[in-house]
Amino acid sequence: MNLKDQRRIIDHPILTEQEYKLVNFKFEGKKYQAKENEMLSSALIANGIQIFGFHAKDNAPQGIFCANGQCAQCTVLVNGVPVKSCMTPTKEGMIVEQVQGIPSLPEDDSELQSGKIPIYETDVLIIGGGPAGLQAALTLAQYKTNIILIDDKDHLGGKLLLQTHKFFGSVEDSYAGTRGNDIAKKLEKEVEEYKNIDVWLSSPAIAVYNDKLVGVLKEEEYVLVKPRKLLIATGAREKMLSFPGNTLPGVYGAGAFQTLVNRDLVKSSEKIFLIGGGNVGLITGYHAIQAGIEVVGLVEALPECGGYKVHEDKLRRLGVPIYTRHTILAAHGKNHVDSITIAQIDENFKPIQGTEKIFAVDTVLIAIGLDPVNEFHLKAQEFEMDVWAAGDALEIAEASSAMFNGKIAGMEIAINLGLVEEEIPVEWKEKSRILKSHPGPVIERKCQIEKVGVHPIIHCNQEIPCNPCTTVCSEGLINIKGGGLLGLPQYEGCENLVTYTSSCIGCGQCVAVCPGLAITLVDYRKSENTPRVTLPAEIYNKKIEKGEILTVVDEDGNELGDFEVYGSRILARHPKTQLVTFELPADIATKAISFKVQKTIEKAIEEQYEEIIPDEAIICRCERVTAGEIRSYIHKGIKDMNELKSITKVGMGACGGKTCTKLIERIFREEGVPQEEVTTFVQRPLFVEVPLKYFLGTKEE
Amino acid sequence: MSYKFDAIIIGAGSVGVPSALALARDGIKTLVIDNTPSAGQGQNKKAIGGIRATHTAPAKIHLCLDSIKIFSTWEEKYGDDIEWFQGGYTFIAYNEEHEQFMQDNLVIQKKAGLEIDWVDKERIQDLVPGIVARDLRGGTLSSKDGNASPLKSIYAFYRQSVVEGAEYRFKEKVTSIITESGFAKGVKTDKGVYEADTVINIAGAGAKAVGKMVGIDLPVYPDSHESGISEPVKKFIDPLVVDLRPGTGTNNFYFYQNQEGKFILCLTPEPIIPGTNEMETSAFLPQVAERIVQLIPRTKHLKMRRTWRGLYPMSPDGSPIVGKIKELEGYINAVGMCGQGYMLGPGLGELISRLVQDKLTEKDERTLKEMSMYRDFGKVEKLR
Repeated sequence: MNLKDQRRIIDHPILTEQEYKLVNFKFEGKKYQAKENEMLSSALIANGIQIFGFHAKDNAPQGIFCANGQCAQCTVLVNGVPVKSCMTPTKEGMIVEQVQGIPSLPEDDSELQSGKIPIYETDVLIIGGGPAGLQAALTLAQYKTNIILIDDKDHLGGKLLLQTHKFFGSVEDSYAGTRGNDIAKKLEKEVEEYKNIDVWLSSPAIAVYNDKLVGVLKEEEYVLVKPRKLLIATGAREKMLSFPGNTLPGVYGAGAFQTLVNRDLVKSSEKIFLIGGGNVGLITGYHAIQAGIEVVGLVEALPECGGYKVHEDKLRRLGVPIYTRHTILAAHGKNHVDSITIAQIDENFKPIQGTEKIFAVDTVLIAIGLDPVNEFHLKAQEFEMDVWAAGDALEIAEASSAMFNGKIAGMEIAINLGLVEEEIPVEWKEKSRILKSHPGPVIERKCQIEKVGVHPIIHCNQEIPCNPCTTVCSEGLINIKGGGLLGLPQYEGCENLVTYTSSCIGCGQCVAVCPGLAITLVDYRKSENTPRVTLPAEIYNKKIEKGEILTVVDEDGNELGDFEVYGSRILARHPKTQLVTFELPADIATKAISFKVQKTIEKAIEEQYEEIIPDEAIICRCERVTAGEIRSYIHKGIKDMNELKSITKVGMGACGGKTCTKLIERIFREEGVPQEEVTTFVQRPLFVEVPLKYFLGTKEE
Repeated sequence: MSYKFDAIIIGAGSVGVPSALALARDGIKTLVIDNTPSAGQGQNKKAIGGIRATHTAPAKIHLCLDSIKIFSTWEEKYGDDIEWFQGGYTFIAYNEEHEQFMQDNLVIQKKAGLEIDWVDKERIQDLVPGIVARDLRGGTLSSKDGNASPLKSIYAFYRQSVVEGAEYRFKEKVTSIITESGFAKGVKTDKGVYEADTVINIAGAGAKAVGKMVGIDLPVYPDSHESGISEPVKKFIDPLVVDLRPGTGTNNFYFYQNQEGKFILCLTPEPIIPGTNEMETSAFLPQVAERIVQLIPRTKHLKMRRTWRGLYPMSPDGSPIVGKIKELEGYINAVGMCGQGYMLGPGLGELISRLVQDKLTEKDERTLKEMSMYRDFGKVEKLR
C-alpha cells in the first residue's frame, strides 16, 4: 500500500510531517510500505494492521497497548525474533510476522565472543529525557558537573512531544502558552549547547543493582553507569480499568493514542470513545479532533470532570458529548473493538440497570489517570543510592509542574554535590506547590463591558495555575487578582466598569496565547448592534475564509446560530492559532467562544445489552489472568500478592506487574480487605526484557 | 492466651510445609509459624525448581527419590498442576577430569539405587539441541529426575496440609523456645504463646538463630546465588543441564527450560558470596549470559525477563542436618539444606513425620545417622 492510501494524518493543524525515506517490509507474507525508522507498530497500524498476534494461553488477539516499550502486547516476530514493535524502527526488507502462541528460538548457532561490559562513571545520571529530566539537566549543567541523560526513545522530550496544545502553568518557569512539542524542541536545543550533558538516546535503563550501578542498553550496547547521584525522571504509566473486553485490540491508553497520532501522525482510529474526564482524557479528545478522528463520547464516573474546565469546555464546544456519572461496562468485538457499552452509575458507582447505551466505535481510550514509573526509584532507595525523583516519577501532575520540579531536583543535586552554596529559595517550593494544585471550583462571574471600544472577554472561570494572558497584554489590562498564578485572570474594563476608560487596542495576543482557548475579543467600534467577535481556533489545517458559515457556540457548547465568517488572521507569534472574526448580534457577542466541529451527536445503536460478568475482565494482560480468578483466591483468604503470583502467575509476565498491580490492589479494596493487610509484589530487575547477547559485552557483528 | 499443639514447625518453606502436610496427614496436630506473609516467601520462591536424586550422599539420594515419587504423582493424587516434568538431569563433560569424576560417582549412585548412566556426545547433542560440540565428551543422564514449579508446588502442599488439619501463623516471629527440665514445651512469638511437645527447626537461612534459642550452635552458613528467568520459547530442551566447568567468576553453571518454555539459569559464584544479602548484583547477568550463550549459542536471542538472588543455607559438608539433639528432648533440626530444600522437602517431610511418631525404619535410621548434627563433617558431598 502506498503511503497516501494509508491511515496517516497529512493535514494536521499543528503538526507537520517530517521528511522520510520509504521502505518496504512484509507482514504475514504481504508487502507493505512504511517510513524508514518509524516504529514498526505505527507502520503496521498505518497499514491497517491492528492485530499483532494471538496469546499462547487463550488465543486472545493482541494489539498495541502502551506504545511506550513498557508492556509486551505489541510483540511481533521480526526476521524470526520476537520484538516489541513499538520500540523497533522499521527497516527495509523486514520480514514481520504475527506471534502465534509461544515463538521458537531461531536456530542461529553462530558463536559470540564475550567482551567487557564498560562502566561509565559520572556525577549525575538522569533517567528520562522528558520535562523533568530535561529541566534538571539544564539546571545542573550550569555548574561544573558531568551529566549523562538517557532516554529510551530516539528523541528527547518525553511526553512533551505528544502535546499539541499550548501549556498552562507559568510563563517564567514552565513555558506556559507554548505548545508541548515546541517546548520539547526548545529544551532539546538548550541541552545540545552544554558539552557537559552527555545525551544517550534509544538507551533504556533496564535495572538498578545493589552494587549501586545502573544497567543501560546504550544504543544496543549493554553498559553499566556508576553515578555519584541518580535522578529518576521516568515519568508515568497509564492506569488501566477492569471491564470485559479490556484487552481487545483497540482498547488502550490515551497516552498510547497520543503517541500514534501526535508523534507518528498515524490515524489509528475513525471513531473513539474516551473513558475518564481528567485532563489527559479531555486533551486526548481534543487531539483526536485535531487529527480528524471522531470522538463519539467521553464518560466520567464523577458528577463533574476532574480536568480543567477550559479543557472540558473546548471539547463540549467542538460537539463532543460528555457523559458524567457514567462508566464503561464492556468493550465488544471478536478480534478488535467494534462497540462499547456505557451505563449510568449510582452514588456507589454501581451501574444502573436499564441505562446501558451501546455505541459503535473502533477505539476505546482509557484515561483514568496515571501512576508513577517508580520501580527504579524504589530499587535505588532500597540499595541506598543517592537518588532523587522528579516529575511524574515522583508525583503525578501537569508537565509544567514536572519541569519546575525537575529544576528543583537539579538544584538539590547541585547543592548535594557541593556545587552551590545557597539553599533552594522558599518561593520555589511555594511555586512548586501551586503548579501541582488541582483545579478549584467553578466561579460564576459576570462581566459587564461598555458597548464601546474593544474588549477581551475572559471565559476562564476556574482557578488553575496559568498566567500567559497576563504577560502578553501590551497595555497591562489583564491581571491576576492579588498576583500569583492561581487566581482568575481579570480584565480591567470588566472589573472597574465605572472608572475604566477603554484602552484595549484589540491586538488579539491574549486570544491567541490562551491555552484554554477561553478568551475572545468583542469589538464595538464599527457597530454597537453587530460587534465583531474574534474567536480562537486550532482545529483546521486550512485557513478559515471569509464567507464560510460556522455554527457558533457558547462556553458550554450550546449553539448560538450559524454565522458567516467575516475574516481570519494569524499572529506571527502564534502561527498555529487562527483568530476568526464574525459579526454577531450584540446579545450573543459576549457569549460566543467557538464553533462546532462535530455537528451531529453519535446515537447509541439499537441493540439490547446482554450482561457480561465483570469477572471476565483481564487483570494480568501478560498471563491472561481474570478478575474472577483473583477474586476467588481473595475469597479463600489470600492477602499476599506474591502468593497470588505463585498460584496464578499474575504479574510474572513480560511487563512484571506494571499494569496489573494497581488493578489487583483495587480488587482487594473492593473485596473489603484493608490495604495494610495486603502484601504487595516484590519488584525485581529487569524492568524490561533484554536479549542475552547484550550481556556478553560485545556488539553483534 | 496459649494454644496447644502436638508439633510446632518453625518455617513455612520448602521443607516446613511438606513436613506439616506429612505430620497433619498422620494425625499430628501441627502448627507452622513463619514471619513472612504466606507459604514459601523465604527461599522457596527463590528455588529454580530442579528436582534430582543425582547426588553422591546416599541419604540425599534416598530422600530425593522419595521426593520425586511425591512430586511425580501429585497431580494424579490431588489434582493440582505443579508443572512437574520428568525431563531428567544431565551433567555434561567437556574434559577428561569431569568425565572421570562423573564415572566415579556413577558407582556410588548406582549402588544407592539411582537410575543413571553415561551417555555419549551424540546423545547429549540430541538432548540439548544447539550445544557446542567442540570438546564435548558425553555426560550422565538420570532420566527420572525432573523439575516443577516451586511456587505452584508449595501452594499445593500448603493447601493440602490445611485440608489435613495443619494450622499456620504468618507474619509472626518466633522469639524463644519454651523449655522445661530438658524438654521442649512450645514457642513464644511476638504475638502469642504456643505449646507443643515437639518443636521442629526448619527455618532455612534463619535456622542458626533458632538453634541459638535452645543453646546449640548449628553450623549453617548461608551464601547467595543469583538466578534468572527468560521469556518463554517453544520447548526444545528436556533435561536440566549441569556444566561443572568453572568460568569467569563462576564455579559451575546449570539451567533448564521449564514446562512453560522459560529458561531458568543459575550458577555458583566463585568465590562464594557468604552472608544473607539478597539484593540483585550487576555481576550475575554478564556471567550467566556468557555461560549459556557460549554453551548454546542460539540462546543469544533469548530475552532475559527477571533475576533474583537467594540463599543457600550451607552445612560444612553439603548435606543437611536433620534429627533430634542430645541437649533438648522434643526438639528436632531439619536445617542446612544447602540450597536443595525444595527437592529434599517432600521426602524429608515424610521422614520427619516418622521421626516425630517414633516410627523410623532401618533405612531412616541410616539416613538420619548420615545427617546427624554430631557427624564428622569432613566427608564432602561432591554434587552439592
